[in-house]
Amino acid sequence: MNEDFEPKIVAFLCNWCAYTGADLAGTSRIQYPPNVRIIRMMCSGAVDPVYVIKPLLDGADGVLIGGCHPGDCHYQEGNYKARRRVAILKNILHQMGFDEGRVWLRWISASEGQVFAETVTEMVETLKEKGPNPLRELWGT
Amino acid sequence: MGPRIGVYVCHCGVNIAATVDVEAVTRFAQGLPSVAIARDYTYMCSDPGQALIKEDIEKFGLTKVVVASCSPMMHEPTFRGTIQEAGLNPYCLEMANIREQCSWVHGEKDKATRKAIQLVAAAVGKAFLLEPLEERRADVTPAALVIGGGIAGMQAALDIAKAGFLVYLVEKEPRLGGHLAQLGKTFPNLESVTPLLSKAIEEVEGHPNIDLLTSAEVVGVEGYIGNFKVKVTDRTTRRELKVGTIVVATGYDLFDAQLKPEYGYGVYEKVITGLEFERLVSSSGPGEGEILVKGKEPQDVVFIQCVGSRDKSVGQEYCSRICCMYTAKQAFLVKEMLPQARVTVLYMDVRAYGKGFEEFYDQVRGEGVIYRRGNPSEIYKKGERLVIRAEDTLLGEPIQLEADLVVLATGITPRRDSLKIANLLKLPRSADGFFMEAHPKLRPVDTVMNGVYLAGCCQGPKDIPDTVAQAKAAAASAMAPLCQGQVKVEAVTSIIDEELCSGCGICAEVCVYDALSLHERKGVMTINEVLCKGCGACAVACPSKAIKLSHFTPTQILAQVDALV
Repeated sequence: MNEDFEPKIVAFLCNWCAYTGADLAGTSRIQYPPNVRIIRMMCSGAVDPVYVIKPLLDGADGVLIGGCHPGDCHYQEGNYKARRRVAILKNILHQMGFDEGRVWLRWISASEGQVFAETVTEMVETLKEKGPNPLRELWGT
Repeated sequence: MGPRIGVYVCHCGVNIAATVDVEAVTRFAQGLPSVAIARDYTYMCSDPGQALIKEDIEKFGLTKVVVASCSPMMHEPTFRGTIQEAGLNPYCLEMANIREQCSWVHGEKDKATRKAIQLVAAAVGKAFLLEPLEERRADVTPAALVIGGGIAGMQAALDIAKAGFLVYLVEKEPRLGGHLAQLGKTFPNLESVTPLLSKAIEEVEGHPNIDLLTSAEVVGVEGYIGNFKVKVTDRTTRRELKVGTIVVATGYDLFDAQLKPEYGYGVYEKVITGLEFERLVSSSGPGEGEILVKGKEPQDVVFIQCVGSRDKSVGQEYCSRICCMYTAKQAFLVKEMLPQARVTVLYMDVRAYGKGFEEFYDQVRGEGVIYRRGNPSEIYKKGERLVIRAEDTLLGEPIQLEADLVVLATGITPRRDSLKIANLLKLPRSADGFFMEAHPKLRPVDTVMNGVYLAGCCQGPKDIPDTVAQAKAAAASAMAPLCQGQVKVEAVTSIIDEELCSGCGICAEVCVYDALSLHERKGVMTINEVLCKGCGACAVACPSKAIKLSHFTPTQILAQVDALV
């Protein structure tokens, strides 16, 4: 494991739960590694597979998708749509020889600031073990 | 001429500036393409901060504004208002969240500054592509629907009716009153419920603005804030009501005590619930005002708290809020009616949080009611009596009590049919199963469904005054759009590119709001922008990529990705 390696994570968080949960981590001053960059979405169900693939091709080391817990989606079932899409996307990534373990889908409610911070911490540790996204070196990005 | 962007980096006092080098962020922003001006300031949200933005819009002819400060949840409406006052479209604003998601969660200044710089770059990248959106308005039907005729629904209906609007009050049962009609006295004042309730019922039944539909159920809801179409049936007839807003006051169910088999409810006649106790002590009850168990006055009465509350083993993690006090009230009533009886309350913690509650709890103990900390492990029958085995967790020793009557303080649960209402109104429920408010602190009676409000225990356990207070709040919120006569409709919606659309209808299948339909003549899908809530599901599902979600378009999001990776 390269100790100096700092993974880059792009996170797509739904406005209602996960984004608000990340805000709560802030208001509660829960510290987590600064490796994550958040993009605010209206719903996890609006995360197009392209949004996940693009950062990976550009050299991001991991992509996190955060949505409301099952049953809590503000658009009723957007998170279920996200769950199916991510499952299929992971399958495709795997078949293409890409480590699908770099894509995480997590349910984080607006009241789970702690969970958000723990998720990011855990993801950074996992990605440090995995090492840099191989596409970075391959494509020189 | 391309966009001219102004970037405003907020110090938030030291909240941001202590962890993020705001001058460095500002210098960086100034060097970005299309950025006409970048500034930092102590408090961007203050009047002088906002004035700075407004002056710059004029001076530099800005067309887009980026504010790097707190979360958009906090001040997006503020800054949208700011730029609107200076003549820009409110949707030409993008915020970089460098406080909640940067300075407050990271300690190292250089890393936090680097992250803040990237977040600002992403916001500028998106701002470059932002398009003005039109805030739309729709007319409002000046009537409201209240679902549920308990105290919450009656109070909400009365408040709206008194303001001069027509109210349809739909109650499933033949009579008004809900659970309140089954209670004898209130806590902590020991006031008789009947006069309170009859007054409310009389008022509701006599009010010219209230159209009361009893033995009736809501079976269909269509439409949106300002214009709901509601189908109601009372078995024989079916009516369609047109209303502008809806108050949900469907109440609660009590925890089924049989799910705690160790207490023997349903097995032993002398184990009853708190609600059954209300009937037992009622003057119209079996003892006609005397407490009689199988014709005899009980000598030992044991109350057990938290039956189906704060109990993960039965999936009820929350506190039901009312049981501590109703048990105290019932224990008091036993002492009042049978002064020689030994009354014991077995509890986990006594939560006497409300006005006059702690004083009442003290008074009850003063009357000789014994409180022992520890919930029982089992109850069994010994002759005619019951034996309760428990551990006194304060003394750390096992105890054994005999009783002629055991009263279980069953907690509040979501109604078993709440899923039906949730599906009809498209209301999310929180993990505990109660309907979810739009924001736990700032929007406690609103729901994410615009125009639908919550009152009473359908949103979570509460006592009578809290229920009435919430009902009045829900009524006030439900009246606001009725008074306005028009409502703002969310500007973020899906947009269809007719040239790309093949009319396949996949988008309509994923849309839970029925906002998409096929235009028969054109052969393409059309979107009802009033029904569309802007979730973006259709945009992802569209195989031709003919749909995009405004304000969150693929190019805007990928511009953010470019800046972040």
